[in-house]
Amino acid sequence: MTFEKFLFYVFSAILVFAATMVITRRNPVHSALFLVLAFFTSSILWMLLEAEFLAIVLVLVYVGAVMVLFLFVVMMLDIDQAAMRAGFIKMLPVGLLVAGIMAVEMFLVVGPKYFGLDKYAMPAPHPADYSNTEELGNVLYTIYMYPVEIASVILLVGIIAAIGLTLRRRPDNKRIDPALQVQVKKGPDRIRVVKMPAEKKMEAK
Amino acid sequence: MDAFLDILWILIKIVAIVLPLMLCVAYYTLAERKVISYMQVRIGPNRVGPRGSLQPIADAVKLMFKEIILPTNANKTLFILAPMLSIGPALAAWAVFPFSEDLVLADINAGLLYLLALTSVGVYGVIIAGWASNSKYAFLSAIRCGAQIVAYEIAMGFALVVVLIAAGSLNLGDIVQAQAGSWGFLNWFWIPLLPIFVIYFVSGVAETNRAPFDVAEGESEIVAGFHVEYSGMTFAVFFLAEYANMILISALTAIMFMGGWLSPFHGIPLLGTLFDLVPGFIWLLLKTLVVAFLFLWFRATFPRYRYDQIMRLGWKVFIPITIVWIVLAGFFVAV
Amino acid sequence: MQFEASSLIPVLPEIFILSVACFVLVVDLFMEDRQRIISYFLTQAGLLVAVLVTLGVSQPEAQVVFDGSYVRDGMSDALKIGIYLISFVAFLYAKDYLRERDLFKGEYFVLGLFAVLGMMVMVSAYSFLTAYLGLELLSLSLYAMVAFDRDSKAGSEAAMKYFVLGAIASGMLLYGISMIYGATGSIEFEKVAAALTGTGMENKVLVFGLVFVVIGLAFKLGAVPFHMWMPDVYHGAPVTVTLFLGSAPKLAAFALAMRLLVDGLGPLHADWQGMLVVLAVLSMALGNVIAIAQTNIKRMLAYSTISHVGFILLGILAGTSEGYSASMFYTIVYAITSLGGFGIVILLSRQGFEAENLEDYKGLHERSPWFAAMMMLLMFSMAGVPPTVGFWAKLFVLDAVVSVDLVWVALVGVFFSIIGAFYYIRIVKLMYFDKPEAGELVTAGMDTRVVLSINGALMLVLGLFPAGLLALCARAIG
Repeated sequence: MTFEKFLFYVFSAILVFAATMVITRRNPVHSALFLVLAFFTSSILWMLLEAEFLAIVLVLVYVGAVMVLFLFVVMMLDIDQAAMRAGFIKMLPVGLLVAGIMAVEMFLVVGPKYFGLDKYAMPAPHPADYSNTEELGNVLYTIYMYPVEIASVILLVGIIAAIGLTLRRRPDNKRIDPALQVQVKKGPDRIRVVKMPAEKKMEAK
Repeated sequence: MDAFLDILWILIKIVAIVLPLMLCVAYYTLAERKVISYMQVRIGPNRVGPRGSLQPIADAVKLMFKEIILPTNANKTLFILAPMLSIGPALAAWAVFPFSEDLVLADINAGLLYLLALTSVGVYGVIIAGWASNSKYAFLSAIRCGAQIVAYEIAMGFALVVVLIAAGSLNLGDIVQAQAGSWGFLNWFWIPLLPIFVIYFVSGVAETNRAPFDVAEGESEIVAGFHVEYSGMTFAVFFLAEYANMILISALTAIMFMGGWLSPFHGIPLLGTLFDLVPGFIWLLLKTLVVAFLFLWFRATFPRYRYDQIMRLGWKVFIPITIVWIVLAGFFVAV
Repeated sequence: MQFEASSLIPVLPEIFILSVACFVLVVDLFMEDRQRIISYFLTQAGLLVAVLVTLGVSQPEAQVVFDGSYVRDGMSDALKIGIYLISFVAFLYAKDYLRERDLFKGEYFVLGLFAVLGMMVMVSAYSFLTAYLGLELLSLSLYAMVAFDRDSKAGSEAAMKYFVLGAIASGMLLYGISMIYGATGSIEFEKVAAALTGTGMENKVLVFGLVFVVIGLAFKLGAVPFHMWMPDVYHGAPVTVTLFLGSAPKLAAFALAMRLLVDGLGPLHADWQGMLVVLAVLSMALGNVIAIAQTNIKRMLAYSTISHVGFILLGILAGTSEGYSASMFYTIVYAITSLGGFGIVILLSRQGFEAENLEDYKGLHERSPWFAAMMMLLMFSMAGVPPTVGFWAKLFVLDAVVSVDLVWVALVGVFFSIIGAFYYIRIVKLMYFDKPEAGELVTAGMDTRVVLSINGALMLVLGLFPAGLLALCARAIG
């Protein structure tokens, strides 16, 4: 067994372990953190596949941004753990059955029979100065330019939809408009002098 | 056997980077206290060692022997794990850092991406610490900090994209080389990318939760923020991580906008040849120190931002400006 | 691989619609609420100009650009123009309704334009990747539009259901696509088809991939048994969105089915034909039977849509070019009819009142004889009663099915459309033979009345002269 193969099995084991923990932990925050671990290890597996750009971007996007926001929500929600667990045992056989069938199907379909090394030769390792990032960039902005542009439009729609559906002007918001703040004049804007009749002196008793 | 030796050699190199770094961090804290003291017409620590020079050592010893208190109902594993998660990325980032032309631990192509990924992971320490402490103040701080770091990370990432467009490479060494030229310090990126330079540095300050963006700690509002429940060595580790991050941001600013190890006087007739003799590492150190000094200067002079203003600055000012500069930079590079 | 600027020319319509959407988005930011109508006019003008742009870049022969991910051919041109015009009418009907309910915002039109763009991408897709991205663009815009009335609980619930089920469908589709990629080594339709002609069906991966792709498609089309989302979404969404949802995207869905199954997986026709037969028969049966039990017209039309999807699938499963053009004819006719049907629902709705229940149509003849007549034409057309165009649509599709010796499927179709006629004609009965419960008159703007009248009359006109549209469809498929 080569060193790389050893690493692969180590990280695969961690990945499987983390993924199992994601669905079995009682505390949703723990689940989310194990998901982070799962992302991290899969990124390392990608690194072993010489896909360093995808590996780093997986960490950058999923671990660094998506999961942080996800953790936020999970931490702030008051999740009723008992309700989440209700029926777990009852549903477990069904779930296991479905999972088992899916695993068998996947093994039959994408197993070594169709995708083994004898069907597809192992790709040669790249030289050390090979830049995965550069290759991807070259392909993305020539052959796949149209899909890339469409994907960017999808993201734009996501932004518009999110803002359009959630942004409300709340009346109790004490937001300050800097432009108005700057325009304040020295005179009447800042201070208003009110003339009042002098109050009567309290009479001593 | 060969593989084993290789790993050993790498470990030695890692220690050779981390040890001096830790020393720098220790004395950076002393420098902070001294600099701020002088700015406020005080003397600062002056009891331990000559002119207080052993103060950091004393602090470290004190923290090491203090008890680590676990709050009631705190999540024990995560509580202990959080400081480690916060210092890990701060140290790992140095792996791709070029100290001079040929002195770098891992000379990888996607160095800049690696740095971005690691700085984005750093936020977990804070969030987990805030949540695991089972304390309202800590949790508030975790939320503040998480939102702030995610917001400024985007501006920072976009600023780095401008740099990589200008340099044409993701490799930090190549980025420095791209700033070389016969005009000395006028060739560095800080002139053509001046707004990006400012944005990167300010985002860096926000990213490390330093004044004036230190709402995550905000002593007057939420006591000490995410590390309010931490004591002894666990607290010290958070402290180390924060200062290591500050040094990292300073060094990166020096690399990306101030020519890294290049001499500022290169190309000037007499001065240039004279100063070219100075090793590159010294130049890099000097530049890093200048930027690191700015961090302290900010803390001594600026009042703290309000939280909504921080968010506004990040989302509505920095991100649009960086996007415009990406387009401009792309245009100029293409032409 | 060098990028060629000349490949941008066939894509001009997409670029144009995208620019219009972005322009409206930015312009809308700078407008007060009472100037909002400008966004509406810009959108509508954009859609009309897009028709000209599409005609301008149109050419007799098909063009494939962007390294095989985009195609411009007769079908894409015809369907794109159909999408612009139907969306135009859908926005026009929506205008007054939205204004009365304080929903008249620029985002509505921006999202609508992005949905149009998504449909265009689907129509012109020539690789699995592009088809999927177009589908997502359309779906994402529609999810947001369904939830557009933020204070409506039903709307949010519908959007949530739509979103979750839509995501599952996308997952299925992607899973299938990944398997097909694994088996054929390409995601471009042309190369996939070429690879399939060589290998045929002995590859088990391919069978699984095909099944998943068909399931994903059925989800998106709303064919039984993957129809669960349709009634709830049609019911919960604001009626203007239901109108939009039920009209133009059907053209895109038809195009998607054509591109995926015929252009991409054409050599597997024998295999997907059986699957489509099941889907079509179930859709026609379930849609028509359950529609009878509905008292809410939006739900009723949702089930009616399910049954019409069955008919659209009939044409595709025939696998002949007559079948395809019959199916395209059916889709266009259905989109126009559903546009009119929901148009009437909008017309009768007023501030604080939704004409959603069947009772609301009682005695429409006495309140507004003209629109009662229009509604009658639309309902007859949906039912497939002779002089209207719906009859021809059904006839052509059934003819195509019979010509490939699937007579029993055609008989099932006829049987269930007779059952279906019941609930369409019930509305006609309510309008003409029942006493009105409320006496309000129809209060719609002039533009809505005129367009709706044209829309209703079109049922009759196309019914009398179907040859033109049919020839157009035949040429588009050709």
